Amino acid sequence: MSSNNRPLSPHLDVYRLPLSALLSIVHRGTGAFLTLGTIVLVWWLMALAGGEEAFMSAQSFMGSFFGRLILFGWSFALFFHLCNGVRHLIWDAGYGFEIGTVEKSSFAVLGVAGVLTFFVWILAFSLDIGV
Amino acid sequence: MAEFTLPKNSVVQEGKTYPAAEGITNVQEVHVYRWDPDSGDNPRMDIYNIDLDTCGPMVLDAIIKIKDEIDSTLTFRRSCREGICGSCSMNINGRNTLACTKDIGDIDGPIKIYPLPHLPVVKDIVPDLTHFYAQYTSIKPWIQSTTPPPPDRERLQSKEDRAQLDGLYECILCACCSTSCPSYWWNGDRYLGPAILLQAYRWLADSRDENAGERLDELEDPFKLYRCHTIMNCTETCPKGLNPAKAIAEIKKLLVERKIA
Repeated sequence: MSSNNRPLSPHLDVYRLPLSALLSIVHRGTGAFLTLGTIVLVWWLMALAGGEEAFMSAQSFMGSFFGRLILFGWSFALFFHLCNGVRHLIWDAGYGFEIGTVEKSSFAVLGVAGVLTFFVWILAFSLDIGV
Repeated sequence: MAEFTLPKNSVVQEGKTYPAAEGITNVQEVHVYRWDPDSGDNPRMDIYNIDLDTCGPMVLDAIIKIKDEIDSTLTFRRSCREGICGSCSMNINGRNTLACTKDIGDIDGPIKIYPLPHLPVVKDIVPDLTHFYAQYTSIKPWIQSTTPPPPDRERLQSKEDRAQLDGLYECILCACCSTSCPSYWWNGDRYLGPAILLQAYRWLADSRDENAGERLDELEDPFKLYRCHTIMNCTETCPKGLNPAKAIAEIKKLLVERKIA
């Protein structure tokens, strides 16, 4: 019997991923997104060092609707990655592996990240920091 | 590198539909992955319509009914029909489980059956587990001890030491967890996967084993152990209700403890 033409059984297309797996993908995605955000931060700092004109043009981009959308995504990514990172620390200590606990901590990570993002934006708008 | 799509020869095509026999009222649709090694064709999904009124309660009963009454060419593994042999592990409606302990009543709509994910297919829903078994052999799944056993009896354990093996010894090596793990899909050539790592921990946790140091040396590897990213698919899918993710975390803890001790 020839075995070299054997097909590979379906995987990603047919597997019904649980919430924990979806959040694992989001954790990786937010990590990559935060790396990109760091480049934006460096660009903003360079504009700050480059004098008034450069700084004002950077500010006007970050203050635009598109700029704020990126900042919003970035802040949520930061808080999600932070909260899920704390969950990973708890897992690494050997706790929280029961299925019911995992489901609860998944919702907790999403909830806390959402609340923190919300408060940061409330704070940003109430302080009127000029963007 | 992870390949998210199937190779050309593995793309699943539409197959045959077998209509329900005359006079059946309680019809259940069953979609089954088929691949015939002799035909040279791509895999296909065949659809069978079976009579639930004359079928046993479990998915395995439905599969056996199809083979008996509709299509004798359907090929699958089964033996004990009570969740202890691990032969009939397969992907049923998106999750890996044992067909013999999966209740048809728990499934809404059609039953969809695939082989365990991301494995070479031997025929129909029979996957090739050669590599999985080779990985099992690699962790030396037997007691290693330099102390000779007592001459007049077996090696005894305290009740507490024996309790350390609860949740580990029940593993039947059905491979549901390993083949549910995306890390195992992308790096299964070098990553041992949840089932084998749970087994590795089973011997680390055994009070009669005296080779923990060497076992940990073997596991301390970026691929063998540390491809586990706590995705939790393993624990979510285990048909025996075990917790491979926790067993892997315990191995990681032993390695840290050994470093700082």
